[in-house]
Amino acid sequence: MTDAYIYDAIRSPRGKGRADGALNEITSVKLSADILSSIRDRNQLDTKLIEDVIWGNVTQIGEQGGCLARSAVLYAGYDETTPGLSINRFCASGLEAINLASNQIKGHAGIAYVAGGVEMMSRVPMGSDGAAIAVDPTLSMNNFFVPQGISADLIATEYDISRNDVDIFAVESQKRADIAWKENRFKKSIVEIKDQNGLLILAKDEHLRPETTIQSLEALKPSFKEMGEIMPGFDNIAKLKYPHLEKLNHVHHAGNSSGIVDGASAILIGSKEFGVASGLKPRARILSSTSIGTDPTIMLTGPVPVTKKILKLSNLKISDIDLFEVNEAFAAVVLRYMQAYDIDHNKVNVNGGAIAMGHPLGATGAMLTSTVLEELERRDKELGLITLCVASGMGSATIIERV
Amino acid sequence: MADFSYSIDLDGIATIDWNVPKSQLNVLTLSGLETLESIIDEVLENSKIKGVIITSMKKDFSGGMDLKMLSKFESSKENSPSSQIYDLVMRLHRMLRKLELAGMDPKTKKGGKPVVWACPGISAGIGTEIGLACHHRLVADTERAKIGLPEIMVGLFPGGGGTTRLVRMLGLMASAALLFEGKLMKPNSAKSAGLVDELVNPDKLLVRAKTWILEATEIDRIKPWDSKNYKMPGGFPYHPTGFMTFAGASAMIKSKSKGVYPAPQKLLSAIYEGSLTSFDNALKIEARWFTNILMQPSTSNMIRSLFVNKAALEKGLKRPENVPSQKVVKLAVIGAGMMGSGIAQSAATAGIKVILLDKDKIALKNGLSKIESILDEAVKKKRINQDKKSYILNNVLASTDYSELTECDMVIEAVFEDPKIKEIVIASASKYIGKDTVFASNTSTLPISKLAKHSKDPSQFLGIHFFSPVHKMKLVEVIKGDKTEQKAIAKALDFIKQIHKTPIVVNDSRNFYANRCIIPYLNEGMCMVGEGIAPIIIENAAQQLGMPVGPLQLIDETSIDLGVSIANATKKALGKDYQDIGVEKVLFKMFEIGRLGRKVKAGFYEYSESGKRVRLWSGLKAEWQDDENQTSFEEVKNRLALVQCLEAVRALENNVLLDIREGDVGAILGWGCMPWAGGPFGWLDLKGSETIIKICDKLEITYGKRYQAPNFLKELNKKNQGFYEVFNY
Repeated sequence: MTDAYIYDAIRSPRGKGRADGALNEITSVKLSADILSSIRDRNQLDTKLIEDVIWGNVTQIGEQGGCLARSAVLYAGYDETTPGLSINRFCASGLEAINLASNQIKGHAGIAYVAGGVEMMSRVPMGSDGAAIAVDPTLSMNNFFVPQGISADLIATEYDISRNDVDIFAVESQKRADIAWKENRFKKSIVEIKDQNGLLILAKDEHLRPETTIQSLEALKPSFKEMGEIMPGFDNIAKLKYPHLEKLNHVHHAGNSSGIVDGASAILIGSKEFGVASGLKPRARILSSTSIGTDPTIMLTGPVPVTKKILKLSNLKISDIDLFEVNEAFAAVVLRYMQAYDIDHNKVNVNGGAIAMGHPLGATGAMLTSTVLEELERRDKELGLITLCVASGMGSATIIERV
Repeated sequence: MADFSYSIDLDGIATIDWNVPKSQLNVLTLSGLETLESIIDEVLENSKIKGVIITSMKKDFSGGMDLKMLSKFESSKENSPSSQIYDLVMRLHRMLRKLELAGMDPKTKKGGKPVVWACPGISAGIGTEIGLACHHRLVADTERAKIGLPEIMVGLFPGGGGTTRLVRMLGLMASAALLFEGKLMKPNSAKSAGLVDELVNPDKLLVRAKTWILEATEIDRIKPWDSKNYKMPGGFPYHPTGFMTFAGASAMIKSKSKGVYPAPQKLLSAIYEGSLTSFDNALKIEARWFTNILMQPSTSNMIRSLFVNKAALEKGLKRPENVPSQKVVKLAVIGAGMMGSGIAQSAATAGIKVILLDKDKIALKNGLSKIESILDEAVKKKRINQDKKSYILNNVLASTDYSELTECDMVIEAVFEDPKIKEIVIASASKYIGKDTVFASNTSTLPISKLAKHSKDPSQFLGIHFFSPVHKMKLVEVIKGDKTEQKAIAKALDFIKQIHKTPIVVNDSRNFYANRCIIPYLNEGMCMVGEGIAPIIIENAAQQLGMPVGPLQLIDETSIDLGVSIANATKKALGKDYQDIGVEKVLFKMFEIGRLGRKVKAGFYEYSESGKRVRLWSGLKAEWQDDENQTSFEEVKNRLALVQCLEAVRALENNVLLDIREGDVGAILGWGCMPWAGGPFGWLDLKGSETIIKICDKLEITYGKRYQAPNFLKELNKKNQGFYEVFNY
């Protein structure tokens, strides 16, 4: 079997996912194309060698619809023989792009891929593509559908994670992201976003709030209490599935949940042969990758079983992993993960995460990959595990090993 | 005479009259459907006819579909029952669609005849669905008229196009009360809901219908969904607001139905899928889901108990034959407490003159004000008007004088539930009552034959057990003493019919039927607490069985001290045979620490200052809960269901319960026992005796004799039959 290597990993800074966010003025295809151009140019790639561009993107509607991957490839001016594939595994779409590309290489389907993703949440609102699982009664009722925020609060309730726990975690995420930026720990990955005249639009993540304190978070009202307890009463659905719970503890709010942002990211993946042909040195090997389905009601606990699965696949123990990136969709997701494996926080999300910097859905998986890779290099460590919880009850994971 | 006929007037307007011969209320039968089909064909084809009125010369338009017609499909070689149902429903759809398009050009929507619905009074189910297919809906503005689609109440939903048309007309939100709650609306509410277009003076109904036809323009006869720019009110499921509505609706319906009632879910599926396609496809989708719900065994059980057998019992299924009908003219109720005043109010509402007797003047005064406050509530909710309230109050005469009893043809005592007190009251009242007066005791537990000994004439003495609160609870349990005469039973049943309640007739025995089954349910709940099962699991398991309230909540409502007194009475009565299954340690502990239930704002639950139930008492967890050894949720559910259902079977074996139909209807109306399954026997039939016996055998090993499978079940299993099969009901 051929091994799959990471040759480069880049990302855009994350803009606030609102009309006044810095990236809001850019189209989804332009931001995608900027990232695709950057990874080509800084590696002096012959795009004829690129078998496919696999592009994670969740809300594939409007300007993100119509196979955005192929549009971005054309916009970026890749060789016309390079196709493009848009994929959607919700929050893990970007990681899934990497996993698919690496498995293609392992299976001898081409020698090089660009994998990554984009999400312009300020321009194409999350959820605007519809979802049968929320509204098709046969499906939603049989699967006890509740919105993600309710699931996150259900995790907190089920695993005794308190409001204080999630708030402390959120403050720590902000602190770590702030330090990481101050120490320039993302320098290899970050690509400044510029306009057609070369004028700078955004150089740094703009969602951070380093001034956040426990006290400032305490003042925030839980976001999902009303839809849970009053209209339409989603807590009742969670309790039908989890009948040992009398009441849900609504702990999540905007300050301890992932931020809504715009962003794009890309990873250059290839075989050894590709590196030789292109004169590039691999930075890491993609050791293994997998996904799993879990209970769709609690929905966001996927990282726990998918980690068990990937460790078994890789013949590794949890203690073998040097650094973890567990997507901070909601604080309770990561706290539950650390609780399940008894992992110290100083190995997990060491440079902060989506609570501080934001979670541009389709782009996040590849962003976490670049973050962990850069940090492994900085610390001179070997193994990194990336995992994300996924809507509708799924989880995805990847283990990379520095070479 | 056919069920439908029509006449044509000089203006060329055809009036179709639905008038089922020899029947008070029109219901749609297969032959009725055939007649209506051919009439619709004729009036649409006849070029002399300008427009069509659909009405009834009866007081009401329709009571709905003949549900028996829908339960009579059997497998044949060519056609499965589901294909027969689907074909029949589609036939109905084709007829109504034809009426709706009324001969217009399918593309240009030109031509066609205006069709107006003129509803004289009540219209339910298919009646309303016919109305919805018409171009304009008129309803006579009368007190009596009520319009709606109550199918959901028997576990169905409107399958004659009512679902599709109503949602396209009003949107999901606005049609929810009609479809998901089966609400019957008075004319003004129906008008403001958008269900009907005009309220008309009842005398002018047909006149107005004709005027409307003569003035109708082309646009008036095109339904919104047949015009090009149709948009669903409130948004279809993938419209941003529609998305929220549909997502919320799924959650609300699932949470309300606890996942045991399939009809609301299938109804919402029909709405969702239908709203994403053309109108004609939506009708097909509605027909497919309707077929699907009708094919659910639990649906037939629900229809059987809630519709067919409930109605049969109300009509006198169990009334002794050959006894002439006897109306109660003057009733005496002894004891002006909660039950007594409730009985007095129910009888007075039905126009019976009532003497409310109590030796205690203050009790009498309180009793009367209780009646008044119930009536005030009804006035507030617009169920009755002020005139009706005064009429009811005027029917009740309060008195402390037992000599008033001489004029009464029926006496019900509802004094404190203590054998001594009851015996004294029965004996002293007996001195005054006439020869033919039927004397009833409203006891919930005391053996009737024993009480009868203290009455003037045990042949005229029986039990009439009302449930609390009397004005809300439909069930009345009639208990035959060993000497009670047929005529007395017939009179009791005639009285219950007079006051519009549903009777079951049972033999005398401790706790009769209803309490015999409820008490084990309450005890099992307490026993489980003592075993260490998390109380929330007990309560949620009961809810997910489709019980209206969990056992612990129910004990809080009825109070711990009542439980203690029942336990003590049972102990005394059974002597050596009494066995504590593990209830006492919980029951007596709660009693000891004064957590007596809602009335003291402390019981198995914690209550707020205002008496609102807040959460389960945290002390339960500390005292009993065993987190290491939790029984599975499924087992908790099985236990809570089985203790009731097995007791119902034993009541049948012991000849206390005389008919499983009464057992099911009584259980549903008496304590809300799994209506979705059609009651306890329905539930046992759904599970099958083989499965039940297996579960029982396993539970018996752990929990003892109370789970022993009754012989009756074992016999059924041998015969490979269900209860309803073996009795051939």
